[in-house]
Amino acid sequence: MPRFLLFIAMSIGLTVVASSSYAWNLHGFIDGRSGISLHQNSGQRRAILNEVRAQLDLSHSNDWSVWQLRGDLVGDEAAGSHNLDLDSGQGVVDVREANVLFYPHPLVDVKLGRQILTWGTGDLLFINDMFPKDWQSFFIGRDEEYLKAPSDAVLISLFPRFANIDIIFTPEFDADRYISGERVSFWNPMLGRHSLRADEMHVDTRNNWGKDAEFSGRIYRNFAGYELALYGYSGFWKSPNGYDLASARQTFPRLRVFGASARGNAGPGILNIEGGYYDSYSDSAGTDPFIPNSEYRLLLGYEQELRRNLSMALQYYLEYLDDYANYSSNLPTGSVERDRARHVVTLRLTQQALNQNLTLSLFAYWSPSDQDAYLRPNIKYKASDALSVYLGGNLFFGSHDETFFGQFEGNNNLYAGIRYSF
Amino acid sequence: MQLALLASIVLFAAPVAAQQLSADEIIQRANLASYYAGQDGKADVKMTIIAKGGIERVREFTLLRLSETNGDQKFYTYFKAPADVYKMAYLVWKNVGGNDDRWLWLPALNLKKRIAPGDKRTSFVGSDFLYEDVSGRSPLEDVHRLIDETADNYIIENVPKDPSAVEFAHYRVQIDKQTFLPMLAEYYDQAGQLYRRVAALKVEQIQGFPTVVVAEASDLISGSVTRNEFSNISYNIGLNAQIFTERFLRRPPREVAY
Repeated sequence: MPRFLLFIAMSIGLTVVASSSYAWNLHGFIDGRSGISLHQNSGQRRAILNEVRAQLDLSHSNDWSVWQLRGDLVGDEAAGSHNLDLDSGQGVVDVREANVLFYPHPLVDVKLGRQILTWGTGDLLFINDMFPKDWQSFFIGRDEEYLKAPSDAVLISLFPRFANIDIIFTPEFDADRYISGERVSFWNPMLGRHSLRADEMHVDTRNNWGKDAEFSGRIYRNFAGYELALYGYSGFWKSPNGYDLASARQTFPRLRVFGASARGNAGPGILNIEGGYYDSYSDSAGTDPFIPNSEYRLLLGYEQELRRNLSMALQYYLEYLDDYANYSSNLPTGSVERDRARHVVTLRLTQQALNQNLTLSLFAYWSPSDQDAYLRPNIKYKASDALSVYLGGNLFFGSHDETFFGQFEGNNNLYAGIRYSF
Repeated sequence: MQLALLASIVLFAAPVAAQQLSADEIIQRANLASYYAGQDGKADVKMTIIAKGGIERVREFTLLRLSETNGDQKFYTYFKAPADVYKMAYLVWKNVGGNDDRWLWLPALNLKKRIAPGDKRTSFVGSDFLYEDVSGRSPLEDVHRLIDETADNYIIENVPKDPSAVEFAHYRVQIDKQTFLPMLAEYYDQAGQLYRRVAALKVEQIQGFPTVVVAEASDLISGSVTRNEFSNISYNIGLNAQIFTERFLRRPPREVAY
């Protein structure tokens, strides 16, 4: 991984020296945030987030390329001691982007280096977007943009007449910045209790350059006002939800994903549909209890403005196990059996006021099958062009320890933040 | 073709034909003069929002516009200030007689977000201008009546065909007889009270097209005023339709980037 970054950093340095520049831009922000857990004695600190973050965004464009370096300097009192790790974003530097975009041919764009990658039609639900997510940032009150973790990759975009094609090669697997028990506790079926700050996680990291590579592809085009896309992915489950008995380590089992999506205007709103098949092909039969089974995923969404400055978005999301009988019959004794289908409904409400300087928003996940829920209320006020203040929360509800949102019930938190942009 | 024809009438024959025009024809020409000058166009916009208390907020963006033969248009808005929206882009495919397609590009997420069609009488980026002021209100949505004429202006009274879709009861526009640019629009509520005013403060000839270079919108109730200053305006620069697609959201075209 660092080879990539080093190359990019050096190239940017060289361009700085050699370039007869068109445009240089330097922007950024300073963001201070503090979050507090609503639970005492949860095995975690009360102060879940106590950070100051300075982001610098340096970019340069000329006739043949765009260079971008965007990174954060982070001081986080709640983080505990960590060595600098640019993959996990731990430590005092978090490089968000370090890339060059160039155009070797009129029908080809290439973006090389560390970059944020996103596609698909879901709103805070992802089926075909297999790019790394930072769930910890998401759950402890950092800005929503931090849900997307960077990838070290090559993106090749082709623009023939009939469609647009994106091909992405990630030479070394970029995992999610998953929940590890630090700051946010999760249900650990191996321990039969929640994993906490003190519990160490043993993970086989899959950091073999070239061998642990990921490929992603997308073909998309507009058709009569509708955006249609096909997706493919070859790589690994993004969180370590496999287990290797011999080494007693959690693993990232192999995974392929195939999917499609469509999005367009429908009546007074917009409608989107997306589906995918998660092919967990290390265990095609679904008989190995230590490798997640293959499953189908489906998403339906609709968004509409209810009245001026108030909008609402609804989504229905389904995860459906492919071979439930094999899953069920091979479950280790004592394990809690999941349902074949996991249903999730989401609601987003956004109200703007005071000349759009005040935004009140609520994002709610609710799973009728898991009987759990997750609420993300947020208030943002833009006091001036430069200064914004935030107040929000992450509230989990559940009836069972092992369900997706229910396991986080002990992590409810409130946070406040202030950001100065320049 | 029809539009091109109309545009040429506006440019070359307008003053001659002036006397015989109906209210609908005047509005049609005003629409062309305001939103269809040239096949395409570009401008840098500085938008200053001054609240009643004097607090100023400034938005700076570059606007690209491309007209298609059937009257549909594409708009690309690239934000440069304030810093928290720097590099954000707003893409609109205006479909005459249908809902517009709209997308927002969020650079930090590398995300093209589709925006629900929505109410066009909503404030544009928190200013006193509305989305409809930026992309144009269809002449077909109001009943127009020529109520007066001065030496320089036509005075047209406009009543919405669907009053429930808008916040005004009616509005009155002064349209310049030479350029057909609307110079002043005054909006009245149900009680007959004047509550909103949009004025063209300065007009220049650019490549032969009369162009509003300073415009001001006032909310007479809140006391807020927004001033738009346009610079680096050019027409018929040969914009490629490709610019108005996802490719050029990810990679801002040189027309906006510098």
